[in-house]
Amino acid sequence: MLTIKILGSGCANCKRLEQVARKVVEEMNVQADVVKVTEYPDIMAYGITSTPGLVINEKVVSFGRIPSPVEITGWLGEAQGTGGMIPLN
Amino acid sequence: MQLNPTQTPQQKNPDLRSWAFVTLAAVVWIFLYNLIQPFADWLTYGLLALPQGSHLGESLAFFFYDVPKLFLLLSGMIFVISLLQTFINTQKVRTMVEKRGEGIGNLMAAAFGAITPFCSCSSVPLFIGFVQAGIPLGVTFSFLITSPLMNEVAFVMLIGLFGWKIAGLYLLSGVTIGIVSGLILGRLKLERYVEGFVYDIKPRANIDLKLEEKLTWTERISRSWDSTKEIVGKVFWFVIIGIGIGAFIHGYVPQDALTGIMGKSAWWSVPASVLVGIPLYSNAAGVIPIVSALLDKGASLGTVLAFMMSVVGLSLPEVIILRRVLKPQLIAIFIGVIAVAIILTGYMFNLVM
Repeated sequence: MLTIKILGSGCANCKRLEQVARKVVEEMNVQADVVKVTEYPDIMAYGITSTPGLVINEKVVSFGRIPSPVEITGWLGEAQGTGGMIPLN
Repeated sequence: MQLNPTQTPQQKNPDLRSWAFVTLAAVVWIFLYNLIQPFADWLTYGLLALPQGSHLGESLAFFFYDVPKLFLLLSGMIFVISLLQTFINTQKVRTMVEKRGEGIGNLMAAAFGAITPFCSCSSVPLFIGFVQAGIPLGVTFSFLITSPLMNEVAFVMLIGLFGWKIAGLYLLSGVTIGIVSGLILGRLKLERYVEGFVYDIKPRANIDLKLEEKLTWTERISRSWDSTKEIVGKVFWFVIIGIGIGAFIHGYVPQDALTGIMGKSAWWSVPASVLVGIPLYSNAAGVIPIVSALLDKGASLGTVLAFMMSVVGLSLPEVIILRRVLKPQLIAIFIGVIAVAIILTGYMFNLVM
């Protein structure tokens, strides 16, 4: 089970990222929770300086841009391949 | 030799294919760019058979020339700018500015504010992130002031409609306004007007943020291509409508109609246009064609640039977002300082141009 977090206060880009992420999850047919993090203190806890941010299993994989479905697919596969655990580098 | 099925010739050097694509696109681009003027003339005076010099003919020729020209310029140059931007992000800017004090810090923050890809919805995370890193308030403001003033779309549109020189002057004055306003705001000791929660936010321990992404050229090119499509798509209607209004002004408004109210002799026109521009908010893409047409009709350069800066640089949505972290007093001072800086820039342009 993966946890995907979308960091962003609800601007257009954050909504787009959420859509892309949900679509990828659906297409890959993986079990994942997609959570929106909209409060600034919670967003800033991840240490990013621009939104939207994408967090997979508590690891920030991108921020300040909307990654492509291909990239997200790669990250989700990576996270899944390690049993949902991401090694710390 | 054993053939490794996972390693086809293309995968050996994928960058080569990407560069071939870029080269091909560049050739097509140059070809199309040289076709614009004959195409516009043929469409207006040939196909539609409008008489040369007529109001409608002038307007349409302007429209049919400027629309393809601007879209070609936008797609070509935004691709190049996006490619450069894959090397920079707000996190790296923070690391670079962190160790500098005021002065050099303001200069770097304003310069990076001009080139870093940034959307105004990120103002708050950026503000908090900079404050957390101990970066002085004035330096943070230098970034936040320059970044909406200078965006890639505004820059390319200025090149297309005003030329390189004015686009360069605009870039230079945007960065100067950011530096000077940031320095002034820094001197005013405004920390007490920052909402208290900003100082209480603690980043989690051991967050793993990759600063340096190792990207291949193929990845950079494909990212830039995606963001070019996105940016151009986003401003599409603004450009069309802006050029439409500009074309109408170009064909129908008499020459020198604006000399009296927006010309150099009307000293009050600079502050007036800044005041009018503050509450107005539009994409730079929509405003620039209109101000370029006003320029043809006797408005002076300083006045139209000041108007434009105040429309794109001081925006209500950004102020509303910043209100989350800044108290109303600081918002008011922030707007006031930038407005004065823009007015002075407008006067300066009127004086020297």
